[in-house]
Amino acid sequence: MMQFALKRFLLAIPTLLAMLTAVFVLVRLVPGDPAAVMLGDQASAEALAAIRKQLGLDQPMYIQYMHFLGDMLSGDFGVSMATGRTVMQEVALVLPWTLQLTFAAILIGLAFGLPMGVWAALRRNSWPDYLCRVLSLTGLSFPAFVSAILMLLVFSIQLRWFPVIGSAVDGNWLTQLHALALPAFNLGLIMTAYVMRVTRSSMLGVMGEDYIRTAKAKGVPAARLVLKHGLRNALIPIVTVVGLYFGTLIGNSVLTEIVFNRPGLGKLILAALNTRDYSLLQGLMVVFAGCVILVNILTDIVYGLVDPRVKVK
Amino acid sequence: MSTLTAPLVAMPNTLWHALLRNKMAWVGIGMMLLIILVALFAPLLAPYDPLQQNIAYRLEPPSAEFWLGTDSYGRDVLSRLIYGTRVSLLVGFVAVMIAMVIGSILGIVAGYLGGFVDRFIMGLVDVLLSFPTLLLGLMVAAMLGASLENLIIAIAITEIAPFVRVARAPTIALKQRDFVEAGRSLGYSPIRLMGGHILPNMISEVLVLGALWMATAIRTEASLSFIGLGAPPPTPTWGSMIREGFENILDAWWLTVCPSIAILITVLALSLLGDALRDAIDPKTRSERS
Repeated sequence: MMQFALKRFLLAIPTLLAMLTAVFVLVRLVPGDPAAVMLGDQASAEALAAIRKQLGLDQPMYIQYMHFLGDMLSGDFGVSMATGRTVMQEVALVLPWTLQLTFAAILIGLAFGLPMGVWAALRRNSWPDYLCRVLSLTGLSFPAFVSAILMLLVFSIQLRWFPVIGSAVDGNWLTQLHALALPAFNLGLIMTAYVMRVTRSSMLGVMGEDYIRTAKAKGVPAARLVLKHGLRNALIPIVTVVGLYFGTLIGNSVLTEIVFNRPGLGKLILAALNTRDYSLLQGLMVVFAGCVILVNILTDIVYGLVDPRVKVK
Repeated sequence: MSTLTAPLVAMPNTLWHALLRNKMAWVGIGMMLLIILVALFAPLLAPYDPLQQNIAYRLEPPSAEFWLGTDSYGRDVLSRLIYGTRVSLLVGFVAVMIAMVIGSILGIVAGYLGGFVDRFIMGLVDVLLSFPTLLLGLMVAAMLGASLENLIIAIAITEIAPFVRVARAPTIALKQRDFVEAGRSLGYSPIRLMGGHILPNMISEVLVLGALWMATAIRTEASLSFIGLGAPPPTPTWGSMIREGFENILDAWWLTVCPSIAILITVLALSLLGDALRDAIDPKTRSERS
């Protein structure tokens, strides 16, 4: 198992290097002089030269590339032009908010999505199945910011059940939870739609297997049949798909944070965009892509743990 | 030779029949036709000029005169919504077409040539997949600058990877089939084999993916426009209408609700159509659903 995990990590190294190269090229695509873009039209020639030197833009491209790779691989993701803090400090400041939101969403997604998916699969082609399918298709059609705005309009502005701003900086845990509820449900319901869909198709596949028929013939009680023999085996693809969903979840949480005016990575990216803070954007891009690569590795390892047949080629 | 591929090119026909048996597909097709008609005949349908500002009629709620109200510049929301259909469909369609063409070519070449080329192309795909879609689009759009063309390029880049994957797998299977082998022994060039013999046999799978990803493209367009990276004002797009309306959310709900519903209907129509198409080409799920 250790060997499997190690191999999987080694296989990710070329992807990591290629990802860093892609970010490097992307940032150099900015039309015009990055220094001029950062400082604006009124910058003096001295200031421009200074910032070029500070960013290493006065050096040949291959040296810039080597410096960039060296910095990134040693964990130095750069410094925000606007605040002067390092990218890691910026991320650390807002990360708890985003983690809170995404974990709540994953919990909601699993709590509703798994039972509904199983229910739909067991009652195939009857009304629970159709209901679940229509709900999941609708849930997956919503861009995250659209559902967030509609929820904000109905529950915060019309009904006044929840605060308009989806975060409480101070206050006890109850106030915090109250403020978190709406953004978490917005992300969580999209997650529910996704989990439900995958669970349904995975359960449909598993419940048709021979060993389920054998267990049924042996007289295994229905609940045990569904949970232990069925769901446990159906979980394998569900784990993978939920892992693959991670990238989308990050994108959706960015949009949700913007709508609910919640601090977090989304607001950080928006601020970096608005202040043209390209060094912060570049660092954030590397951090996010690194997270996705890491989650993909972990998903593969979990997959290997649940299903012993999986081996790295 | 056309005689070699003729029996297999008939596939889209059976696909069409399988599609028409599906009730969900009819709903999706009907909705999409309606949306396309709205986009085509926007100048005839829109009651007002979508760009005409009139401060005297700022933030008017929906009424007989302005069916869906007016925005903070006094522009008619319904007219802007109708013209916005053009932008959404255009961006979604062109972006998916670009992704589809580039992705399929890369996928077929990777599958057909194998070896180093395959490893290189699939390495690129891994890199594309390691960026969260929205953030990749956001980064590319921000780097290139906000314009309609750059928005299309940004969305196309985020959608290349799935097309490479869907084109590569059947190519690997097809290149060993007799009709490709026959063409090869007749001395056909690899380009002719890939384009004339392999491509026609998997085009339906690629097109199905196109319908599904067009829904995602329209969602990404709306999201990027909402963030402020879409087509620059005053071009009416659904995402930027929501962005502008969001500033007045406390006293003008129609500014955000109307474009939201437009996005939802379009994405839902495309998803229904894409799902039905996927069921139609995959007999396994077809028998499972009907």
